[in-house]
Amino acid sequence: MGKLYFKNTSKEEKSFHPQAKKETIEFLLNYSKALDVFEYKEVKFEMMLN
Amino acid sequence: MNYTKVTDATLVRDYLDGNENALGALINRHHHRIYSFIFSKVYDRDIAEDIFQDTFIKVIRTLKRGKYNEEGKFLPWVMRISHNLVIDHFRKNKRMPKFDNSGDFNIFSVLSDGDLNAEKQLIKDQIESDVQELIKELPEDQLEVLTMRIYKDMSFKEISERTGVSINTALGRMRYALINLRKIIEKRNLILTN
Repeated sequence: MGKLYFKNTSKEEKSFHPQAKKETIEFLLNYSKALDVFEYKEVKFEMMLN
Repeated sequence: MNYTKVTDATLVRDYLDGNENALGALINRHHHRIYSFIFSKVYDRDIAEDIFQDTFIKVIRTLKRGKYNEEGKFLPWVMRISHNLVIDHFRKNKRMPKFDNSGDFNIFSVLSDGDLNAEKQLIKDQIESDVQELIKELPEDQLEVLTMRIYKDMSFKEISERTGVSINTALGRMRYALINLRKIIEKRNLILTN
């Protein structure tokens, strides 16, 4: 009977839990705070506030 | 404020009313599921991170523009956005495939060195030799211009100076040389191709 071979999972692969980085989430929250949408003559404009 | 028991619909409404913390609560509640979904499709942390970011940028812009239609389906809506962005990612990669030369794939299987093989080189030599014989049948003035232009790689200005005729005359002689060469080839039923 043929032998079955499996690739050993590396430590990095074992510890990896897919989730977004903290920095990405922080960026999104800051982006949201900075983004302002206003309407002028029925047209919506986006503006980034510093 | 503890948002654990607040519904997505309420958080969206709070966010639209200007409560930025509500967005943080929505992201914290769903980021694991959305990121995992994206990662399960692309199998690359950096690409998954990019698509995750683009997904929420789209969510934020849609919400702030007042285009979101609340039907109590915030998560399926975000998942659909991320799904569409994953598809966009693969479409873009199909147009611009990446070759990383890892695994079984060999970059040299899609690249050639551009040199002709022995058979094609023989055919090319034969055609060039046939053409050299054929052009000898051209009138002297046309043969002279064609030889200078093709074999000596001279410009028409240089040809006109060397032969003592105007550039237009040199151009005309070249044109008739090619027309006559085609006629000779047709008359002899020759096929010059490799």
